[in-house]
Amino acid sequence: MKVLLKNITINHPLYKLNKKSNILIEDGIISKVSSTAIEESPGMKVYEMNGKVAAPGFYDMHVHLREPGREDEETVVTGCNSAARGGFTGVACMPNTEPAIDSAEVVHLILGKAKGHLVDVHPIAAATAERKGEVIAPIAELVEAGAVGFSDDGVAIKTARVLRRVMEYAKMYDKPVIEHCEDESLAGGAMNEGFNSTFLGLPPIPPIAEELTVIRDIMMSEYTGARVHIAHISTKGAVELVRQGKAKGINVTAEVAPHHFSLTDDSLKAYDTNFKMNPPLRARRDVEAILEGLKDGTIDCIATDHAPHSIEEKEMEFEYAPNGIVGLETAVGLAFTELVHKKVITLDKLIEKFAINPRKILNLPIPAFEPGEKANITILDTGAVWTVETSKFLSKCRNSPFDKMLLTGKAIAAINNGMMYYQEQFIKI
Amino acid sequence: MPLSIKHLLGMQGVPKEDIQLILDTATTFKEVLERPIKKVPTLQGKTVVNLFYESSTRTRISFELAEKRLSADSINFAVSGSSVSKGETFKDTIKNIEAMKVDMIVVRHAAAGVPQYLTRISDSVIINAGDGTHEHPTQALLDMYSIREKLGKLEGLKVCIVGDIAHSRVALSNIYGLKTMGADVSVCGPATMIPRHIEDLGVKVIHNIDEAIQENDVLNVLRIQLERKAREYFPSLREYNTYYGLTTERLEKNGKNILILHPGPINRGVEISSEVADGPSQVILEQVTNGVAVRMAVLYLLGTMHN
Repeated sequence: MKVLLKNITINHPLYKLNKKSNILIEDGIISKVSSTAIEESPGMKVYEMNGKVAAPGFYDMHVHLREPGREDEETVVTGCNSAARGGFTGVACMPNTEPAIDSAEVVHLILGKAKGHLVDVHPIAAATAERKGEVIAPIAELVEAGAVGFSDDGVAIKTARVLRRVMEYAKMYDKPVIEHCEDESLAGGAMNEGFNSTFLGLPPIPPIAEELTVIRDIMMSEYTGARVHIAHISTKGAVELVRQGKAKGINVTAEVAPHHFSLTDDSLKAYDTNFKMNPPLRARRDVEAILEGLKDGTIDCIATDHAPHSIEEKEMEFEYAPNGIVGLETAVGLAFTELVHKKVITLDKLIEKFAINPRKILNLPIPAFEPGEKANITILDTGAVWTVETSKFLSKCRNSPFDKMLLTGKAIAAINNGMMYYQEQFIKI
Repeated sequence: MPLSIKHLLGMQGVPKEDIQLILDTATTFKEVLERPIKKVPTLQGKTVVNLFYESSTRTRISFELAEKRLSADSINFAVSGSSVSKGETFKDTIKNIEAMKVDMIVVRHAAAGVPQYLTRISDSVIINAGDGTHEHPTQALLDMYSIREKLGKLEGLKVCIVGDIAHSRVALSNIYGLKTMGADVSVCGPATMIPRHIEDLGVKVIHNIDEAIQENDVLNVLRIQLERKAREYFPSLREYNTYYGLTTERLEKNGKNILILHPGPINRGVEISSEVADGPSQVILEQVTNGVAVRMAVLYLLGTMHN
């Protein structure tokens, strides 16, 4: 099968590439990239892409696929479908499944389920057995099975003692330790501590609960030499700590979830559980610090923390509802709307944060636009105006605070593994 | 003039005119309560469900009595012995209750925001009888009623709420209500019990009880919760009593005639001494009586709006 993407603008910041081209893909492999017209032949699928941007395939390094254990909420396949619809060609899935991804068997199971999908799946394994923070997970075995990083996501690695051992071990394999930064002894509330928590009478989660763990982890990274990646950064103080860590030359990276740069805890006034997540939505000053961190490179990437929950689970009293929102199908639109169109970052930077930096952090190859390379492409329409319809999500769940929101800019297609998701369907190419 | 609010979810955002109307109506109902036959037919044919997801004696009885005095049909729903223990969701429980054709729901729940949530899943008139550490509006209304009855006004008065402000729904409702009525509100307690950013509600924070006594016309003394979880906020009951307990000596030392309220139930010898709790400055039992009148006013005004 031959596919021709006509008059598309290739944008690959790593190669300083930004020009109008024609891309010919044969059986999923790029066969020709040319700024002059490529001859069309019978049977060739031709897509006119004038004005559209071809970027290296977007990668979401923080999703919860829920399989094994909660297949009622999401499976590897439905999560990957959701990812493709959102413009992602790869995801790294978090280990808080049931059982946790703390053995080679579970890694194999997930990789087996993902086989043959457009979206690449790379498991992040638990840092400790059953994510309990007591005994380190079989890191060598997990790496061999295909784990790309280690995390007890959902919680931080419980003690500095265990954190040290995990880091020392992960460092041998050059895998990042990905931390959900939250000091449990201080946290445990339902929303960000601030004026709004006092106003709403909801038990608070203070920003410092995140920051204390961020500083612990950065210091331990410096001490052990291991790489630490701060997941879903959400506070002004945490951004500042990462900035300082980087300035000192410590191996620290950070990601932010789209809801943490597009919403504040002002949105909680109606006690709508679709706005409940952990870390919680923070204050305006935190959002401003995050935007600054995205701008100056303190925050390396955008990752969704895609966390599907069934309607029954979310339809309840705010304090008792589970944390998390569906993120894959709104992330790119939110990033364009809140970051590119508001001139916080350029399109180049957006592509770096969605496609290049996450793969660098996880030591994964970065897709290129060269003949002979696998076509791993996200196609963007930077000016598309569209409305979020949670009812159309390919995720099994609908828990998103962005339903009916008008966004500008979206990923219109994802190409990878000999498949293309375009115009709401998967096409073999 | 009817109320502008459709439900009583909290005191936040309730306009002055509404509060005034509720308090004035309560005065009428208090007279009813003094009669030999303490019943009026105002809410005849209306059904009120008292939905108590958290144990409560005084608030539940007060509401129940208020409903009976107004001739409403009332049903009590308490968590134990209900479908909740069988795993039914909150929403399904509400839908089932509503399918039995009720008009008003009085709700008490341990989670903040439940009354707001109820307005989204129910067509009934919702009255908040206390939600988590958020609001307890009828308590604030009866506190304001009691203050107004004793001192003749609310505007310009200096009122201090003393105790565990961070975990109190009474505090927040009082702050909103009193400020709307033009009172000057402060809170007093150890720093561990004062929520951050409370000053942003226009409230002064005091850590010294003597200062609170000297500066105010009214003290609203909150109950100190004795269970273990609450105990992490202060070193010991003895210390709390020594530094924040309201005693006769303390009142005399400051040479001040001050009105003392307490939402009850009181812990004698902890936040308030027996002498003060039974003394001339307090209106604690009067508050309980006023509670019935105020709740009658709320039920009547909200329950007859669509007639």
